[in-house]
Amino acid sequence: MSEMRLQRWLRSPIVWPLAGLALLLVVNLVHNPAFLHIGVLDGHLEGQPIAIFNNGARTLLLALGMTLVIATGGVDLSVGSVMAVAGATAGALLTSEHPQFHALPLVLGVSLGVGALAGLLNGVLVAYAGIQPIVATLILMVSGRGIAQLISHGNVLLIRSPGFGYIGKGFLLGLPFAAVLAVALYTVAQLGLRRTAAGLFIEAVGDNPVASRFAGLATARVACLAYLASGLCAALAGVMDAANIGAADPYRSGENMELDAIFAVVVGGTALTGGRFTLLGSFVGVLLLQTLTPTLVFLGVDPPVAPVPKALLIVIVCVLQSDLTRRWLKNLLPSKATVSVAGRVAS
Amino acid sequence: MSPALQRRLPLFATAAVLAALYVTAGLRYDNFFSARVAVDFFTDNAALGIAAVGMTLVIFSGGIDLSVGAVVGFTSIFVATLVEKHHVHPALAAVAALAVGTVLGAGMGALIHFFRQPAFLITLAGMFLMRGGAFWISTDSTGLAHPLLQRLSLWELPLTEKAALKMSALVLLALLALGGLLAHWTRFGRNLLALGGNESSAQLMGLPVGATRVAVYAFSGLCAALAGLALMLNSGSGNPRDGIGLELDAIAVVVIGGTLLSGGRGHMLGTLLGLLIFGVIQSAIRFDGSLDPAWTRLIIGALLLGFILLQRLLLRRLVRR
Repeated sequence: MSEMRLQRWLRSPIVWPLAGLALLLVVNLVHNPAFLHIGVLDGHLEGQPIAIFNNGARTLLLALGMTLVIATGGVDLSVGSVMAVAGATAGALLTSEHPQFHALPLVLGVSLGVGALAGLLNGVLVAYAGIQPIVATLILMVSGRGIAQLISHGNVLLIRSPGFGYIGKGFLLGLPFAAVLAVALYTVAQLGLRRTAAGLFIEAVGDNPVASRFAGLATARVACLAYLASGLCAALAGVMDAANIGAADPYRSGENMELDAIFAVVVGGTALTGGRFTLLGSFVGVLLLQTLTPTLVFLGVDPPVAPVPKALLIVIVCVLQSDLTRRWLKNLLPSKATVSVAGRVAS
Repeated sequence: MSPALQRRLPLFATAAVLAALYVTAGLRYDNFFSARVAVDFFTDNAALGIAAVGMTLVIFSGGIDLSVGAVVGFTSIFVATLVEKHHVHPALAAVAALAVGTVLGAGMGALIHFFRQPAFLITLAGMFLMRGGAFWISTDSTGLAHPLLQRLSLWELPLTEKAALKMSALVLLALLALGGLLAHWTRFGRNLLALGGNESSAQLMGLPVGATRVAVYAFSGLCAALAGLALMLNSGSGNPRDGIGLELDAIAVVVIGGTLLSGGRGHMLGTLLGLLIFGVIQSAIRFDGSLDPAWTRLIIGALLLGFILLQRLLLRRLVRR
């Protein structure tokens, strides 16, 4: 019986990213035994693991929304641009001449509202107008940076609000606030989706939209809400980014982050074809990606060159997950397959 | 409306938008209706246009190639470094760069076809690979000092007293003609449209689906490498940052040209019109002077939205028929 449980556990999609993460940690620990060391500095925790969580907070948020969108069988390419728009909105409000616009609840509300609006536009185009997700979200990916530049008048806006800065670089009980917020959102999303039928609805839409509609599910609304969630997550990530660096940069904020998010989701075991998702997998996927960056620096790869190994890793993961490879591997190990079938019959 | 006319409606819509934009800009700004401005549409956007030719064919086949901008940047710094730092003959360096682009494209096409992976993901990985590769070669730009490259960079074909076609614009025009020929007068082009229209029926008809798909991505890679050469010649230097975001503009140009993004329908002529629309908007904003350049992106995004919705509407009607 325990053998079966082990087998089921080995077949779960989360094993591979966890194994990858473990491998990266071992490589790092060999190079630098103090890699996992966590110390206390100025009353808060510091160290490489904390830095990985802190730097990964934005990607964690993007991956959360992206997981839901990919689960519905879509993809959201606009998240990077939406980050820039939300950051520019927050920056424009905080640097405006009217002090009544500097109120933090207003700034956050408007910035997140802009992200929700962007997500809603994507959702309506995909779910109600029936446009393919890549195409629909491409529109905002193209024009989003233009919108961000118009909002900030083409400038990088310097933000000097300590309250706002807390979102990006503050500490809560010694832990980085951004990371705490991201982890809290994952917990809420996991409970909200898996303890209710909502997660099942999302998977049903991604698995077979026609059958879901015939089963009485409001498929369009479910898909639209997934894009809305992705827009909100992207906006929060954009606000966090602006708060972290103390400036709203319409050009560089969120640049290439859509791929990081998609990568984390795919590596985490959520298939791009939709129909099933694992938030925990995406979470581990982001950690894997974030650990990869300092590892590459350790191994002597310059940060601008870091995309090369990342790209190779994506291709390898995709090829390994493809049906062709799986069939090939199955043919390669016929004895194992027969053993597992025999085991199932015997039990 | 006859079905033949309806099928070409996006193309007519594109032509109408182009005419309206051109006339409006011409009436608003002095000297807009000059040959020089018209020639600049081609020279300024030579790299974009060349990449868009390859993109058009990829989109015909129902795919997408997000790696073109990064290939442009890689080619630009690759050739400049080979020629200036390692004293390789420019022709040899250019051939090597074209080979790299073609092989990368073929490899991505093979991954997409044989491993059944989504095109956007594989080409996005290709984009990361090439952009990272470009920065690996050099993080700074390299000026072109080789006499042959300088001569090519400054060479012009005089048309009128004030207007002259640069080398890059000539390459663009030649490639547009070649792309049109490939798409609409060869078996390869037919296969592409059949593949984009319905892959299973193309397969059942016995068309070489795999070879066509690998070939079209290889051609797009070749075009992107050519675009990199054109951009390098136009700017007189190789820069690893060249072509950032170019893939999005190329896709926008193709779609505004009336080509269906889901594949199977479109015309190379539309890509030429789309490129001209892009050029007119860009020039008009430059002529105006008071408008933010960011408006180019915004207007292109709005046009993209408009054309995608138009296509959706037409397709629904055709299906209902």
